[in-house]
Formats: sequence, structure tokens, C-alpha cells
Amino acid sequence: MAKTKSRKKVSPSSNGVHSSIKRNDGIPFNTELFDGINVNKSAVERRAGSLGKRRSVKKQWQAAWLLKAIGFIDLTTLAGDDTKGNVYRLCAKAKSPVRQDILEALGMADVKIQTGAVCVYHNFIKHAADALGDSNIPIAAVSTGFPSGNIPLKERLKQIELSVAAGAKEIDIVISRDLVLNSEWKKLYDEVAACRRACGEAHMKTILATGEIPTYTKVAKASWVSMMAGSDFIKTSTGKEPVNATIPVSLVMLRTIREYQELTGYKVGFKPAGGIRNAKQALNWMILIKEELGDEWLNPDLFRFGASSLLGDIERQLEHYVTGRYSASFRHPLA
Amino acid sequence: MTVKEIYKTMAYGPAPESAQIANEFLDAHNRTFQLFINGQWKKPNSKSHFESINPSTKEKLGMIAEANSKDVDDAVGAAKKALPGWSKMSGHKRARFLYAIARQVQKHSRLFSVLESMDNGKPIRETRDIDIPLVARHFYHHAGWAQLRDTELPDHKEIGVIGQIIPWNFPLLMLAWKIAPAIAMGNTVVLKPAESTSLTALLFAEICEQVGLPKGVVNIITGAGETGAALVNHKDVQKIAFTGSTNVGKIIRRATAGTGKKLSLELGGKSPFIVFEDADLDSVVEGVVDAIWFNQGQVCCAGSRLLVQESVAEKLYKKIRDRMETLRVGNALDKCIDIGAIIDSTQLKNIKGLVQKGVDEGCTIWQPSWACPKDGYFYPPTLFTDVSPSSTIAQVEIFGPVLSAMTFRTHKEAVKLANNTRYGLASSVWTENINLALDIAPQIKAGVVWINCTNVFDAAAGFGGYRESGYGREGGKEGLYEYLKPKAEQNLSSKPIARSTKKTKSSSNGAMTGNGIDRTTKMYIGGKQARPDGGYSTVIKDLEGNYVGEVSTGNRKDIRNAVEAAHKCTNWGSKTGHQRAQVLYYLAENLAIRQEEFSNRIVQMTNCSNAAANEEVESAIERIYTYAAYADKYDGAVHHTIHRNVTLAMPEAIGVIAIACPEQYSLLGFISTVIPAIAMGNKVIVVPSETAPFSATDFYQILETSDVPAGVVNIVTGGKDELAQVLAKHDDVEAIWYFGSKEGSKDIELLSADNMKRTWVNFGKYRDWSDKSLGEGQEFLKHATHIKNIWVPYGA
Repeated sequence: MAKTKSRKKVSPSSNGVHSSIKRNDGIPFNTELFDGINVNKSAVERRAGSLGKRRSVKKQWQAAWLLKAIGFIDLTTLAGDDTKGNVYRLCAKAKSPVRQDILEALGMADVKIQTGAVCVYHNFIKHAADALGDSNIPIAAVSTGFPSGNIPLKERLKQIELSVAAGAKEIDIVISRDLVLNSEWKKLYDEVAACRRACGEAHMKTILATGEIPTYTKVAKASWVSMMAGSDFIKTSTGKEPVNATIPVSLVMLRTIREYQELTGYKVGFKPAGGIRNAKQALNWMILIKEELGDEWLNPDLFRFGASSLLGDIERQLEHYVTGRYSASFRHPLA
Repeated sequence: MTVKEIYKTMAYGPAPESAQIANEFLDAHNRTFQLFINGQWKKPNSKSHFESINPSTKEKLGMIAEANSKDVDDAVGAAKKALPGWSKMSGHKRARFLYAIARQVQKHSRLFSVLESMDNGKPIRETRDIDIPLVARHFYHHAGWAQLRDTELPDHKEIGVIGQIIPWNFPLLMLAWKIAPAIAMGNTVVLKPAESTSLTALLFAEICEQVGLPKGVVNIITGAGETGAALVNHKDVQKIAFTGSTNVGKIIRRATAGTGKKLSLELGGKSPFIVFEDADLDSVVEGVVDAIWFNQGQVCCAGSRLLVQESVAEKLYKKIRDRMETLRVGNALDKCIDIGAIIDSTQLKNIKGLVQKGVDEGCTIWQPSWACPKDGYFYPPTLFTDVSPSSTIAQVEIFGPVLSAMTFRTHKEAVKLANNTRYGLASSVWTENINLALDIAPQIKAGVVWINCTNVFDAAAGFGGYRESGYGREGGKEGLYEYLKPKAEQNLSSKPIARSTKKTKSSSNGAMTGNGIDRTTKMYIGGKQARPDGGYSTVIKDLEGNYVGEVSTGNRKDIRNAVEAAHKCTNWGSKTGHQRAQVLYYLAENLAIRQEEFSNRIVQMTNCSNAAANEEVESAIERIYTYAAYADKYDGAVHHTIHRNVTLAMPEAIGVIAIACPEQYSLLGFISTVIPAIAMGNKVIVVPSETAPFSATDFYQILETSDVPAGVVNIVTGGKDELAQVLAKHDDVEAIWYFGSKEGSKDIELLSADNMKRTWVNFGKYRDWSDKSLGEGQEFLKHATHIKNIWVPYGA
């Protein structure tokens, strides 16, 4: 009776660098594609509010999802007091994020589990490269006058070039919020496109800093412009704004990613960052991705978390699954 | 599945909510439940029990007592006995009980949620996050109304014993909607849950015991249709509140006709979900999910007719189909599903039958690629496109997860399609243009309009329908009146009102006497004096048999013409209150000029004293002033509902109202009924006093000279009951007021059932129209309007 449609079976790829996804080359600037956008805030928040309550992953499903979450983490340190020492520690953790005995108990000892990337300031790229060795974990560097972005474009581009030259495989750039606030979309497009050119082979994650964008409609428009200009990822926050990644703002961005893909065929990645501290939050984001974009996006090439303390909580939850006992953070090696 | 396998597929797994505590509750009762009557658990006189089934698993949950008419009699008796104590209790004391119930529901919220999901098949997410919190909210809100009744509603009192019959789709929530306002206002109740979902009502009865609610205030009797019929027909029940199907609603309307029982009915719907091209389409998709895949679509206000502007239709359909693919159907206790089980095999069969009908009629069906589980009564979400208004699935309430989509071209066409239904419960309007939203909302014939949202509820806002979706409101201040009556009504008389009379010389012996030129009295239809279709006239005599004049004998065709004329008039309801007030003041002014003539007419027809007649005309003028005053002051409210939402409760004109005037007070009775109706923007077809019609027919000359648009007031003279019955049977008349005999009242209520028009009848009682407490006021305006709640969420 029912006319049915077969759905493409897509299994998320295992952890690897820029493997399976055709890179977003961007499209010419065209305001028609986003002029009509009008995001209804209340409706978005209603959907965002019920999403985490419509889905739940428990038991072995939860363990598997949390292991998968680790591969999405851009393990990050972006502090004024970063040193070679703590960056080394971070990289060691990125390579071996979960205690081996736990992986064995989960039947996952033979699967390579490591974080999606490590994310550092430019000055620490070299140390990170030394520490990561041949692990193939990419180094992401924040760039372009992070976190405010308020330095001359020329210097921003120079920063990108230097970071790429130093070995960064991924560049997290920040956009000029004033251009968003004043709706100077063409100028924003040109800036982001210039950054993309400066990135060369390195993948570019464009931070919208949504906590400083006043409406969801502008978040959606900024997402469109960033994707048109060739961003590989769009990212919510620097982690330094008053409001970090939220589910509603992520929902707005994901919907633009979906539309952009339908229009151009390019799959753009998504990275929420800031305030993602526990396993439950990570699961909610993954549910959001699975629901809105599908399993294909549950893939480090298309989805990352910007997080520093999330991994610790995931480790504790995994140990709890294995032992049935609530775990303590001192039982897991520090990042 | 191993962790490694899941790691590869990233599939969802089962996430069951534990049923342990609910099962312990059932086991503690040996899975057999009795009737809750007078605060005690009683075995049914029928000695029989029936099964309650878990629709997700088809497993038996327990045995439910079947109440027979003896049990109903006991329950009503208990409620009657409890009434004096409960209604005399201070509002504050009643408030404490309602508050305690709210707290107790919250304390046991998970047990209620789990039990409800097991018994009904609706997802635990919904019972946990929507149904049960709303139940507690309803009792909190009405605890407040109990506290405030005497201050806020000093002119009203409780009705008495209320019989309440609720459906299976929101078992505990509907119980709360019924019981909370009823007992808050001082009534006592006998409630019958639907036979397939009695369990949470029985758990609720235990809560009533726990909080020490006085015995007999709440009685819960379980059973099927026969039990409900016994309750409806019980002589000591003063009001029936029913939520359920339109068919059963009509049966109840007929069964209670003429008994004097008050009635509120919340019935079926085929609610439109209107999407304009500037809507946030991704949000619309989630709105559709909330509209038709909430509670498996078994929702009376489900947005089951999707009306999309042509320019975005294909785009939206694609988005909806993609979204449907990701919906999950499964056991109601699974925390990882969107859609649970259909209530039972009968309902599932109905849904399948109607879907097949849609396919047979050439509509395009779309269902997701995955299959539903087989162990329960499941049905997949279904979208029909290429549906036309004439398709069965566009007209009939499916009460399942089936959406029928149609397109429109213009705003006007959207409204036309939206209103192209016998129902009028709810509607949803999606646009980012506030101008458009607020333009469309008042044009939709439905009791609820949700702007950019859907299926949103709150205790502070009224819910209820237009047309065959029933009448009465639940929630908000407007809902309280369903459980109250005006104190003044105790002064209605069973005998005609005595008026001072005078003797006239009975010289004529009924012969036609004239002083001067013969006066031809016509009817007044569409702003024109009209001769009767039948060509007959009736002689009117005074009380002593003297000839007064001749009046046109109206028939059903005159009624038909009058109703058509009323509908043609489109520039009355759209006037501002101020503009209508101007017209009414002008009427009063012109009546005052001819005061003496109208007074003489009253004397001539009714033999009352000159003083009494003069007083009647004076009162009529004053009464017109009253409603001219109200015309721009009887306004609505902004309800305190949910976060970031303006909920507008707007009194709206009902539309076309038929009025059969009282026999006494030929002028004042006419004015007291017609003027409040038109002051609110209605158009009326009036059948004046049969024995003294000339006050009304004289009045059309005043209507003609006072800027009243054609068709606002239409006067058809003749046999009152005969004409009123034609009006009661007319499908394009939306309400009927009847002031006549007891039998006539019964006929009107009986005949009105077919299109569920609102009725207001006097059951043969007499109203002293010169008494302001009975002859004018907000009670009249309430009958002349219904409240539409418009939900406007905001946020930039």
C-alpha cells in the first residue's frame, strides 16, 4: 500500500583526516539564497527543548556513542598560561584518551580511539606536532586575532599562513561580528573567502561567535555567507563569549548546513564549542546531529566538539558502564 | 548488540522506562479495580468487570468494574449528599483541597506518567513532559479560582451535581480539565473515564482519599457507553460535561433536551494547519510533528489538514517526508520514540479504513521506509498529498497519525479552505508576518488559533470549539462559567409576570376597527419590508378579544430568506465597537422620539396600564443605552499562560443568531434580546412575540432610520414555535435563543443537535424583563459571543 523510499545507508567513517568528504569550494556570493530567511525563535527553542527528551541512549548504546564522541573532540587548550608542558600532556591524552583496561572491557581494544584533533594557539603548534608524532591526529590552530578577530585582515591572513606553515592542518578563524551586526554580508563573504584562500590545503572552521549575534535569523545568514565563502566547518563559539554553544543556535546552523548541501551538494561540518562539559551534553549534541543531518554527519570529518573537560566526564561514564560503580576523575589520566 | 557493532552503525537502542512501580500499584490491587463512590471503594452492582489492555503490548493490565444504573444512582446520590457541605465551604478551604491534589499529583508524577503510557499507549515523553505537568498545573490554577470565586464572581453560584464523561486520548488530563473547575466552583462530580483508560482516574481517586477530600465530592465510576448513558439521564445531575466524539455529543444533546441540564461539549475536529510562504519552514515541519504526530494523532485539535501556499508546497512536502523518515514508533515506555501505540484494534481498523479510502480516491500517500513493530497496535505516520476538499480524508476526522495536505493560492483562499469544515475546534497559522497572522486569526472559525505553534495548552486559557466541535470552554476564567450559574436565575418565575392592566371597552367584538388609513404590517428582511411568502396574514387581538391589527404569517421560506439576508450582511461584525455603539444610541434616540406611539401600542395589544407601558418603553430606551455602552467595553483578556506568549482571549460574535422573543413585554422583550446580540456584532433573525408582534414590526421603521445596515436585524412574524423550529433545524444558523414554553424549549434543544448550534432556552420559565438583574447584563453578552484564544509566541 505504502509507497516507500529507500534511504542511503551511510556508515560513519572511522577516525581519519579529511578522507571521504568532498571539500566545500564555496559558491559565488548570492544574497537571494539567504535574504528570505526568517527564523522563528520560539519554534526553534521548542524543537530544541523536546529533542533531548525524544531520544535517549542507554547501556551499550550509550557506551558506544560516548566512544564515538571522543573521536569528535577537538581537545583544546587556549589559555594565557599554556606552556610546552601542558600541551604535551594534552597531546598524550589525545592519542590515548581512554584507559586500555576500559577499552578491553568494552570489547574495543582493537579499535583505534583518539580525539578528533588537538586545538592550540599558534605558538604551540610546533610542540603539539612534536608530541603527536605520527599519530595522524590533526593540529588545529585558532587564528585571525582569536577570539575577537579585531585586527587588520592583512594580519589575519598572515597568521593563517604562518600557522599552516607551522604544521596546522585545521584553522579555526573568527568572523568580524561588526559585519554581521551591520549586515555587511558581501564584505563578510570577501573576508571569509580570503581566509579560505590563505588556508590552502588546511581545513577552515569558521567561528560565528553566536553569543554576540543578536538573532537566530542573523546566525542563519552568517552561516550561509560563511559556507558560500568556502568554510569546511561552521563553528558556534570561541568559548570566550558570554553565551557559548547552545542547542537552539546549533539547530539553526544545522538547518542551514542541510539546505546548503541540498543546493550545492557540499557537506559542511559543524562544531559547537564552549560549555560542553559532560557526557550527557555530548550525547544531546550527537542526537541533534543524527536527527537533523543524519548518520553521515556523525563523522569527525563533519562534526567536532570544541571542548577541554568533556573527555574527563566521558571516561568516568565509560568506567561506570564497565564496573557499575560511579567513577572518580582522579582514576583517569589528566589531559 | 555489542558496543563495537553500535560504534559502527550509531544506531539507537531501546531505552525503556521502568514499569516496576506501576506494576506494583496494579498488583497491590490484585489487578482488579472497583468503583469510587462516596469516598469508598465499592464492588459494582453489575458484578462484572472488563479488561484494560496495554496497546503497546496487547497485554492485560487489569480488570475494571462496570458500573450499572444502580451504581450510577449511588454515585449521584453521594455527590448530591456532599453538595451542601462542599458548596457552603469557604473558597479558601476548597482551595486548600485543590492545592493538596496538585501537590499529590506532582509527588506521584512518574507513577501517573508510566501508568498512563501503559494504559493509553502514548509515549512516556508526552505523559511525563506534557500530560501530567498540565494536570498539576490545572489543579494549581483552579485552587486559585476556588480561593477567588466569591470575590471575582460574586453574582454566580455553583450548579450542583455534575456528570462528566471523558475520552481515552488524554485520560488524566481530561479528568483534570473536568474535575478541577467543577469542584473549585463548589460543585460535586461523578466522573466516568473512557472504558479503555480508567487506571489513572482510579489512581487519582486514591489521591482524593489521601488528601482527605470530603466523601462524595469526587466519585469515579467506570464503564462503557451504557454507564455514561445512565449518568447523562440521571434526574439529579444538573449538568453534563462531555469530551468525545461529535456523534456521541449529539446523542447527549438530544438525551438532555428539555431537561434543564446544562451542557458543555468538546467534540471532534479537523483543524487546519495553515502555512504561508514566508513561514520558517523548518520550524513548520516540527509544528507538523507536534500537530499530527503528537499522541498518535489521536487529538481532537490535531492539525490534520495541512494547507500550504502553493509557492512553497513542494519544498515543505519534501521536508516533511524527510522528517517522517526519522520519526520512531514503538512501545510507549521507550524513551527513544516519537509515536506510541493506537488505543485499540477498532481505532486501528478505522484509521486503516480511512487511509485506504484516501488511496482509493486518488490521493497520493507517503509513508516512511521503516516498518512499525508488530507486537502492539501501531500505525506509521502518513502524509497524503494531492488531496482536495472533496476527498473523504479532507473532511472526516481520522483520529490517527494521518495528515491530509492541500494547497492554496491567496490569503482569502486559505481562510475559505480553513473554514470549509463542519468542525471548528482549533487552527494553526504559520507566517513570520504579524500583520498577516493577526489578520487571519479572527477569520478562522475555531475556538483556538495557534500562531507559529500548535497543541499548546495551559490552564489559564480557554479551550473549546465552534460549530460541530461543540460549545463551552475549559480553562481560563471563561471556562469557569461552565460550572456556574447566575444567582439571579433563582428569581425566574414559573408563572407569567403580573403587570398592572386596565379595562378597555370591548365594543368591537373582534371586528376590524380603524380610525383612518389601514396599516399593513410586513416582515423585515435584508433591510426591506417584505410580504410573507405564503401570502397569509393573522389577526391579532388584545387580551379581551378586541381586534388590534393583522400581521404577516411567516413560513419556512421567509426564514430561509431571512437567514440568507443575515449572511449577506458583511459590514456589521467588522465595525468597531464604537461604531456599533453609535448606531445603537441612534436607535435609542429615534425610539425616544416615538415613545408615546410605542407605549400606546403596548397598551393596545396587552391591555396593560399606560404607566406600565410607558415604563416599558423607558426601560427599552435605557436598555439600548446599556448595550451601546457595552459595545466597546465587553472585551477580552490577555491570559497568563506560558513563557513568552501573548494569549489573547477575544470575545467574538457568534455570527447569525435566531431569537424567539418572549410573549410578555412585547417591546422590552424584543429589545432585551435583540440589542445585546447585535451590539456584539451578530446578525439576528427575530421571531417576535406571537401574541403581541406589533412592537417589533413598528420597530423596523426605527431600524430603517437609524443607520442599521441591511440584514443585521431580520424580523419574521408568525407562529413562534413553528418558525423557531425551522430556525433550530437551519444549518446556517449558529445559535438560537428561545423564550417560550417548556415543550418548545425541548424541541429547540433537540433540533439544534444536528449542527450543534448553541442554544439558550428558558424551559418555560418567565423572566421579569423590567428587572435589570434578569433582563440585561453580561449574561446576555456571554450568550452572544464565544471566546477565541489566540496564542502568539514572541521572541526576536
